[in-house]
Amino acid sequence: MSLPLDLQILNSLAALLLLVSFAMLSQRRIVTLVNLLAFQGALLCAATLLLAWRTGANHLYVSAGLTLALKVIVLPWLLHRLIRRLDVYWDTEPLLNVAGTMLIGLLIVVFSFGLAQPISELASTATRSSIGIAVAVVLLAFFTMITRRKATSQVVGFLSMENGLFFGAMSATYGMPMIVEFGVALDVLVAMLVLGVFFFQIREQFDSLDLQHLEALKEDR
Amino acid sequence: MTDVLPSPLSLCLAVLLAWLTIGVVGISRPNNLRLTRQLFAIGAACGAALAVIAALSLTTPTEQYVLALGLPDLPFHVRRDALSSVFLFLLGAASAGISTFAAGYFREGQGTPPGLLCLEYHAFLASMGFVVLADDAYMFMVAWEAMALSSYFLVTTQHRIPEIRSAGFIYLLIAHLGAIAILLSFGLLQGGSWQFTFDAMREARLDPIPASFAFLLALIGFGAKAGLVPLHVWLPEAHPAAPSPVSALMSGVMLKTALYGITRVAFDLLAEPIWWWGLVALGIGLFTAVFGVIFAAVQSDMKRLLAYSSIENVGILFTGFGLAIIFKGVGMPALAAIAFAAMLYHATNHAFMKSLLFLGTGAVLHATGERNLGRLGGLIHRMPWVAWLTLVGALAIASLPPLNGFVSEWLLLQSLLFSYEVPRPFVHMLLPLGAALLALAAALAAYVMVKFYGVIFLGQPRESTLHRAHDAGWLERIGLIWLALGCVMFGLFPTFVLGCLSNVGEQLGFSGLELETGSWWLLVPLADREASYAPLIFLGTATLLVILTIYGVRRFYHQRVRLGPAWGCGFGEFSARMQDTAEGFGQPIRHLFKPFFDMKRDLPTPFDTEPRYRVVVGDRLWQLLYVPLGRLVQLAANSVAWLQQGRIASYLLYSFVTLIALLALML
Repeated sequence: MSLPLDLQILNSLAALLLLVSFAMLSQRRIVTLVNLLAFQGALLCAATLLLAWRTGANHLYVSAGLTLALKVIVLPWLLHRLIRRLDVYWDTEPLLNVAGTMLIGLLIVVFSFGLAQPISELASTATRSSIGIAVAVVLLAFFTMITRRKATSQVVGFLSMENGLFFGAMSATYGMPMIVEFGVALDVLVAMLVLGVFFFQIREQFDSLDLQHLEALKEDR
Repeated sequence: MTDVLPSPLSLCLAVLLAWLTIGVVGISRPNNLRLTRQLFAIGAACGAALAVIAALSLTTPTEQYVLALGLPDLPFHVRRDALSSVFLFLLGAASAGISTFAAGYFREGQGTPPGLLCLEYHAFLASMGFVVLADDAYMFMVAWEAMALSSYFLVTTQHRIPEIRSAGFIYLLIAHLGAIAILLSFGLLQGGSWQFTFDAMREARLDPIPASFAFLLALIGFGAKAGLVPLHVWLPEAHPAAPSPVSALMSGVMLKTALYGITRVAFDLLAEPIWWWGLVALGIGLFTAVFGVIFAAVQSDMKRLLAYSSIENVGILFTGFGLAIIFKGVGMPALAAIAFAAMLYHATNHAFMKSLLFLGTGAVLHATGERNLGRLGGLIHRMPWVAWLTLVGALAIASLPPLNGFVSEWLLLQSLLFSYEVPRPFVHMLLPLGAALLALAAALAAYVMVKFYGVIFLGQPRESTLHRAHDAGWLERIGLIWLALGCVMFGLFPTFVLGCLSNVGEQLGFSGLELETGSWWLLVPLADREASYAPLIFLGTATLLVILTIYGVRRFYHQRVRLGPAWGCGFGEFSARMQDTAEGFGQPIRHLFKPFFDMKRDLPTPFDTEPRYRVVVGDRLWQLLYVPLGRLVQLAANSVAWLQQGRIASYLLYSFVTLIALLALML
């Protein structure tokens, strides 16, 4: 019954990923949120490296490098700079209290594992048991976006969702084709830059990054 | 010889391509009116060529191609059989006349520049050709929508006028409604094979219930394009809005593509029509015919009048269509073949006569700038060419022998009269009543034409500006002469025409027409019955009688002629306002069919020094059907608008819930 050591490590890395997602769900300080995102990226990078070593698939080394460069270094650095320049360190009161958020998060995880069950049986990879975790990370990140008001924390949620997708692809089929991975990485980077511009514009218009002000844009009936 | 010539299908495709090329050349110089006129003339020559090719290919076997166009794995299929040939002939022949007229008609003015108009016009022509040649649902829908869009832009040529924009919108709306129904119908027709070629649909052999749904959806879809009640509302709006050559094309040719579509679906793709489908089509068709002609009788705008007359003729066409299905469904092949041939014949006839009339109104409109019948009159003195040629069209559409309208309506009436032999209870008693309705529609159509022609061309001018009206230019005259010639020829040689149409029916599984052979001048549609018609003898006798009468009057009359004012009746001072008006002429109909109309009248008081009588006749269906429908849509839209919360969190929640729901579905 006991798994080989590398798989055990991989599974614990996956568990840590999920844990970080929960941490992000409850965290109110934006600086910490970004740090958690970087940590999640580091975990992802470690998991990819381990998998690359185990399967001997060379392209996974490249993905790991890409993850390290982009998700652990560049994006968190960009976000930190944005936070400093925009001077937003705290999210305001979230739409739902922490306890409620956590409970719903639990339900989401249960749902994700139920969902991943049939997919795991189809997949032939050694890491198939972590597909459920990947789905849970995606949905939790989505849920994080729903519960936040500040544009910056929503972007963090968005990036975390991308982490989950990446992990899902890795555990189900040992990563996407190289060209797709490059494309996605580039997309994320560009999206980050564009959103950065948007932040400044939003703040200029409303003197705040609170998205509640955008509700004024709604068409009157 | 046939080895040397390319096949008719490739020639037809070449003509359609030529039309598209003409359009592209036109748009390259959008403001060059002279070039545009020359291009229209070339387009007319292409139309004539298409008519000749199609007519010669009526008896050649079916051909099919797969074009190297379309989406990957979804190429365009084209196919030409006898049915396509009939409609290609109709398109080519009518467009030859209309394009010649248009070459002299379009002028510099506000709205769409001439080069763009040239592109839209020729794209419209080519898309109608592709509709008829399409052999898979994909190409059919592409061509069908191209047709709807190009004609929409043509209708809104004068797009700076708000009424015209709203007319175009109604047209586009109903066209899309119809397209959705057609799309759904094709979805049913593929019958689970998920192959959308017409060949696969022929193989599908649907069960009666899905087949019935497919037919009814097709009837709604094509009925919307054809103008069956209650989807007719766009016709009286769009036709007055469009320039006259465009109205002529839309009414003369485009409405027939709808007939082509429903015929293709019912007799070819569904192969074995069920008889009660015919009952539905016949009922709607008869109602549409009577409805259209009644409304035509009370109009005072000449193009609206013609639009309602088109609705009437579409009703007649669908009556023939329904009758053909009934006869085929109950196993009476000879009568089915007659009804089917009569339908195709009437479609061709209507293409000629309605185009002729619309072009006539176009010439009048140009000469006088007036569409209102109340401000016209006496134009036969100012514009003799237009007046006499329009008279041919008016007589033809009033179905008077020896012109073409009579032959097809007579054939239809013949087959309808024999419907008492249909072996179904009640139906065989009710159907002959349909003959009475058809006769009523035909008689009222004659009444409408008397009004149309009399008020515009006869009597005295109602406005002083009418004295300055000028006759049409030579290109316009050629176009009118071509169409009038068609009306006469199709009336004089029905045996020949029916011989060609008989082949169409045979390809679609009808029995051949039992025409009596060897008597090319005498038309006997059913060999074992008594009815027969000899147009040439009729024409000869009528001409002889007229000549004898003229001679007799000249010979025996006392020759002492006193010239006095017309209609003076011994009353010295009279004015043009003493003539019967359009409103006055329609009054009996307005009175008899009161429940149909939604009338608003301004009656002058007895003390009014400048009395003006005004009546606006509206369509009750607007109030009964479209306004409630519009309210319902508004209500639904308002309740959906609740979704727009303006909060990003809510929008994210929508996506989240949708995602979860879809994932849960997968479980």
